[in-house]
Amino acid sequence: MTEVVIVGAGMTKFGEHWERSFRELIAEAAIKAIGDAGIKGEQIEAIYGGCMASGRFIGQEHIGALIADQLGLNPIPSTRCEAACASGGVALRNGYLAIKSGEHDVVAVGGIEKMTEVSTEEASFALGGAGDQETELFHGATFPSLYALLARRHMHEFGTTEEQMAMVAVKNHANGMLNPNSQFHREITVQDVMKSTYVAEPIKVLDCSPITDGAAAVILCSKEKAEELGLGGIEILASEQGSDTLSLADRKSLTELRATKEAARKAYEKARISPKDVSFAEVHDCFTIAEILAIEDLGFFKKGKGGMATEKGKTTLEGEIPINLSGGLKCGHPVGATGVKQAIEAFEQLLGRAGERQIKNPQIGLAHNIGGSGATAVVSIFKKWGVGE
Amino acid sequence: MKDSAPLNWRKFPERYNLRGNYCEECGTAFFPARAICPKCRRKGKLVKKDMPRTGKIYSFTKLHVAPTGFRHETPYYLAIIELENKARVLAQLVDTEGEKVKIGAKVKKMFRKMGQADKYGTITYAYKFRIVK
Amino acid sequence: MNEKAGIIGYGVHVPWRRIRVEEIARVWGKDGKKIAKGLNVKEKSVAAFDEDACTLAVEAARKGLTDFEIDPKRVGAIYVGSESHPYAVNPTASIVGDAINADNEYFAVDMEFACKAGTAAMQVCYAQAIAGMIEVGLAIGTDTAQGKPNDALEFTAGSGAGAIFIGSDKKEIIAEIDATCSYTTDTPDFWRRPKAEFPEHTGRFTGKPAYFKHVLNAAKKLLEKTGMEAGDFDHAVFHQPNGKFPVKAAQALGIPLEKTEQGLITPLIGNTYSGSTPMGLCSILDKAKPKDKILAVSYGSGAGSDAFALTVTKNIEKRRARIPVLKQIEKKKYVDYAVYLKHRGKIKSL
Repeated sequence: MTEVVIVGAGMTKFGEHWERSFRELIAEAAIKAIGDAGIKGEQIEAIYGGCMASGRFIGQEHIGALIADQLGLNPIPSTRCEAACASGGVALRNGYLAIKSGEHDVVAVGGIEKMTEVSTEEASFALGGAGDQETELFHGATFPSLYALLARRHMHEFGTTEEQMAMVAVKNHANGMLNPNSQFHREITVQDVMKSTYVAEPIKVLDCSPITDGAAAVILCSKEKAEELGLGGIEILASEQGSDTLSLADRKSLTELRATKEAARKAYEKARISPKDVSFAEVHDCFTIAEILAIEDLGFFKKGKGGMATEKGKTTLEGEIPINLSGGLKCGHPVGATGVKQAIEAFEQLLGRAGERQIKNPQIGLAHNIGGSGATAVVSIFKKWGVGE
Repeated sequence: MKDSAPLNWRKFPERYNLRGNYCEECGTAFFPARAICPKCRRKGKLVKKDMPRTGKIYSFTKLHVAPTGFRHETPYYLAIIELENKARVLAQLVDTEGEKVKIGAKVKKMFRKMGQADKYGTITYAYKFRIVK
Repeated sequence: MNEKAGIIGYGVHVPWRRIRVEEIARVWGKDGKKIAKGLNVKEKSVAAFDEDACTLAVEAARKGLTDFEIDPKRVGAIYVGSESHPYAVNPTASIVGDAINADNEYFAVDMEFACKAGTAAMQVCYAQAIAGMIEVGLAIGTDTAQGKPNDALEFTAGSGAGAIFIGSDKKEIIAEIDATCSYTTDTPDFWRRPKAEFPEHTGRFTGKPAYFKHVLNAAKKLLEKTGMEAGDFDHAVFHQPNGKFPVKAAQALGIPLEKTEQGLITPLIGNTYSGSTPMGLCSILDKAKPKDKILAVSYGSGAGSDAFALTVTKNIEKRRARIPVLKQIEKKKYVDYAVYLKHRGKIKSL
């Protein structure tokens, strides 16, 4: 089977883009990525676009068609992928499979979400669609409340504390300070988090990722084609996906995300590595507890030890396994774009282009993207390949 | 979503009486009812059954920021309840005091209003749980 | 025709929250202590925003079914009496029927006759049971009464439900209904027009020409019919819009006060309107002994009274509610006036 590389990346700044529309955002990210790759737009053979809830946010469906149209790339095939917050990751995986299968040589993968056109309440309702409409939203559950239920159980079984969760937010804000594309450039302290208002106990405002507009895009190539065109980049060693029950009440356990474990297991197997080979990871931290769950389920730390590992500084920029160097979802969480942004962070880090947040000599990067409260998980593993331009 | 009279009507047994089903082959109870037993698949035999009305709190949270339609209810508790037959269900907690709400507390099902889409629409009734001693 | 019919089980449900009469008086600058004493009502129950006459009815009915081990499939009639039915058009009875897992072949209708709708339901169940038309009848009196702010009735308008199961199986009857009768006239003492949020009432006119005239006449008619005397009764319960009227009614009939104590629950939960007499009767049944005679007389504005004479059977020794009404209402939480307004939907913007 064909090997797949990422040869270019581009994203908009993540934030509240009052003056820019959905269409402008995706065009900006795509054009940057195409330019960065050093290819011509016409060379793209297929598009995969991740977008969770354009219908509810801007009343627009049929996003695949919209993207191809806006990029002036008709009549190539263009497909929207939706898996709640994992829409970007799933789009990435589908782009990867399209090349791996030998069907295409050059594929564009993007993620986009424009969330600020609606009120906070409506946004909350739209995001709630990631959970189970009939048995969770019906009862007045919000996304934060679902993760609060996970957090409560984790605290009960392993003694994880609100302070440890706060430290995740502090770290990711600090990393975001070093990322020019981040929505927030603001340092916070554990005190700040602890004093912030409860959204759904024990989750507080500063434990949460924000509402954001943004788009991110990468250009995928078969290794052969990349070599032929003289392009460099990073290799996708694996991109695996797992699923789990939609509602939390149906899960076997509330202290682990089976979809993550399954996707990670298969990804490590395909890439022929183990967790300790990973140099850094972008994990899904829609809420601080999600990062703690992720670093356990991805095998970086034993189940239950994620909080303590965070407290001990093992996941900071200088730590033994830096997590969320981009700022994680504190960089901003335009839902459909996040999965692709994570791949971009891996791209920048492995190619030494990450500026102030660059870590020394990374070899293997991992991206972990979750949909909803864990019903979908995508884990992708990247390795440096060739020299960029 | 609350507006749809046919949708609400279809769900009365589930919402009024915790009607789910269980697989006669492997004995697992499902709530809400499932079309397929994930374990037994085609070999499974699914039979309608009302879930038990008592259980324990498995996890809980107190919401201060509510979604559309629930704004007037904050703060309120949501909990995942583990029923006597091990099936789990997510629901609000009612008539209940702060310190009593903890993992392991015994609860029983109540019949309460979930709300109404607007003042001229049908009223949605469903299950919520109350802590019992 | 069956030989006898009577109560085979019952259930009561009262909302968890309470507001004190003194707290209501505080908001309107009135003397709460004096008012509480004058009405003989300390506090009233407050239905939460997610409770209504239907949810209370379902809870009461379910308790009755469980405590007295009645198979819901045997219920052949469901009549719900209320002046706060959640719908103007759409029966509460059928929602109750589905919620208690009744089968589909029961008679059903919602009833309204101010505070006596619940006892009217009992009369119809009794008639159908004794006629052999039904095996078990479910009569419910339930209300989440509307209290107009700064009105005298605000102090007492409470919420609650009493569900009474009536049947003809001698092994199940805990209180035989020996006789029942009604006294009805057209008397406009208290009413509510369809689009009005709160009822209107006529102050002191609701006393002698209304409550007392009908309660006492119905009671007297019952005594005539049964050949009994006031002294024959061990317990008496009257409609209890406050804690004073029923006491006066008992006095007028020559019934000593102690016999009304067990059924007098308004001082603790307010006037539960259609729930009032049924719930008081249930409280009496919690304590009654075999061979006890009970007098129950309801009152509904508009106006009418339903009177019942009951005899407790030996079965009551084995068939009891799990938790007596008076014990149930001990579980409560006080709210202040603002929280009370929030729950009772009186804040306009909600």
